[in-house]
Amino acid sequence: MRRVRVGNGCGFWGDSPDAPVRLAEAGRLDYLTLEYLAELTMSILAVQRQKDAAAGFATDFPHVLGRLTRALAEQPNLKIVTNAGGMNPHGCAAKARDVLAQAGLDGRRVGVVSGDDLMPRLDELIAAGHPLSHLDTGEPLATVRDRVVSANAYLGARPIVEALRLGADIVVTGRVADASLTVGPVAHEFGWDFGDFDRLAAATVAGHLIECGAQATGGLWINADDATHLETVGYPIAEIGDGGDFIVTKPDNTGGVVNVETLAEQLLYEVADPARYYTPDVVADFTTVQLRLAGPGVVAVTGGSGRGVTDTYKVSVAYRDGYMAAGTLVIAGPNAAAKARRSGEILLDRLRQAGLTFAHSLVETLGAGACVPGVVTAAFDPPEVVLRVAVRDPRRGAVERFTREFAPLVTSGYAGTTGYTTGRPPVREVFAYWPALVAKSAVHATAEVLP
Amino acid sequence: MTRVPLSTLAHGRSGDKGNHANVAVIAYTDAGYAWLREHLTAAWVAAYFAPLGASRVKRFEAVNVRGLNFVLYDALAGGASTSLRTDTQGKTFALALLRAEVDAPAELCARRA
Repeated sequence: MRRVRVGNGCGFWGDSPDAPVRLAEAGRLDYLTLEYLAELTMSILAVQRQKDAAAGFATDFPHVLGRLTRALAEQPNLKIVTNAGGMNPHGCAAKARDVLAQAGLDGRRVGVVSGDDLMPRLDELIAAGHPLSHLDTGEPLATVRDRVVSANAYLGARPIVEALRLGADIVVTGRVADASLTVGPVAHEFGWDFGDFDRLAAATVAGHLIECGAQATGGLWINADDATHLETVGYPIAEIGDGGDFIVTKPDNTGGVVNVETLAEQLLYEVADPARYYTPDVVADFTTVQLRLAGPGVVAVTGGSGRGVTDTYKVSVAYRDGYMAAGTLVIAGPNAAAKARRSGEILLDRLRQAGLTFAHSLVETLGAGACVPGVVTAAFDPPEVVLRVAVRDPRRGAVERFTREFAPLVTSGYAGTTGYTTGRPPVREVFAYWPALVAKSAVHATAEVLP
Repeated sequence: MTRVPLSTLAHGRSGDKGNHANVAVIAYTDAGYAWLREHLTAAWVAAYFAPLGASRVKRFEAVNVRGLNFVLYDALAGGASTSLRTDTQGKTFALALLRAEVDAPAELCARRA
């Protein structure tokens, strides 16, 4: 029985540039998926596109595609589906076409999925009765409308299927749900009906399990140790059958591990109610999924089920919300943690004397229990800690002034203050996240293939 | 009864959704899961993570993988976009929860059965 092998070689923009190449060359894949877009990546891309109309996509992708041309030449049936298009899927697709042409792969057709970008239509949508209210607070988007930089609906698998049906070998999308990058190819290959919620849910489980790359194959696994060989970690492959059952594995002769533990952890990763996992394609029930070790490094996954589908898309909005900066110094010696905390307070006190208090500030002592503050604390006096101070404020100038107050602690702070080697911390603009819903009928997803 | 860290009975992983964190705890054995279901209540987890200032904690069950999934609402000091914390996404919360010391029947503590 035919099965579709989908491997995911990228879990976020910033993931290993070698992973997609290794996976494509060793994975005997039908489809390589590459996932680039975290919630706030879109706001950064939106600002880039404001400055340069040709920008606004994940620029890593053309580079990776250039390195994938060998695998593409050797595997004529290998297809790629990626959301690298970000805020400018057409620009990204055009770039991809150039890369393919330069490698003599002119025959490979590039498809584009768009329509997720609601920014140009925001006022029209609000006027038409789509308030894009904040999912948690219920506030209408009008509250922050003048500061919005990006608004994107999470599209589903349908336009990906359409692009593939039109003959695309490489599909470049903007914002689509991560799992839909997998659901699209599989639904296309088997000709699934979009009312077949159990199959869609099963493929959604597969997509969810592999979307974060190595997090399914030993990365972040709590029991990973030297024997896990994360230095050569293989990226995950889901091999999916027409019925929706699938196995998860990774290329032979790679490090990492695929077992019931790694997949159970990933199944629940970033999930709220596991019985209702919402995507644009289906409301998937993860509580009916069974994981069974089917061989060394092979887990069989069965039983995914669907509970129908909503008539809304999730929308991810980003709006400008001031500036922030965070600086670090190392404080060593006896009572390092206490002295580091005091150093941070001294720094903020000096700024107060200069007339500056910040809307938000935070002093952390890394090494003494800062990650889960107040919950996990050091049981001993560590020989050194990292002092980290962060501020956020609507005034850029105030945050800049803060970044100039770090270095003085090297001479006017406590003995054992060191680690001032990277210069002043950068000031960055804050883009706050605004999750919302919009009626599917108000969003027009499109798929096309570049000539 | 024996006093052990939760990591003797379970593994887990945590992540974020906006300003909310999810902490999944997955038992190694069926008996361990039965014990966790009874003792690792939303109220217990809320009290353990109280310094984070979550507005509420909700528990979901995924019996198929022996999992309990806790959602800590508003626990990320603004979430990845605006939080000043180092761990803006709650990535370390599961490890923190698994460090919690509990009194569990000794026979449940044969880790990774």
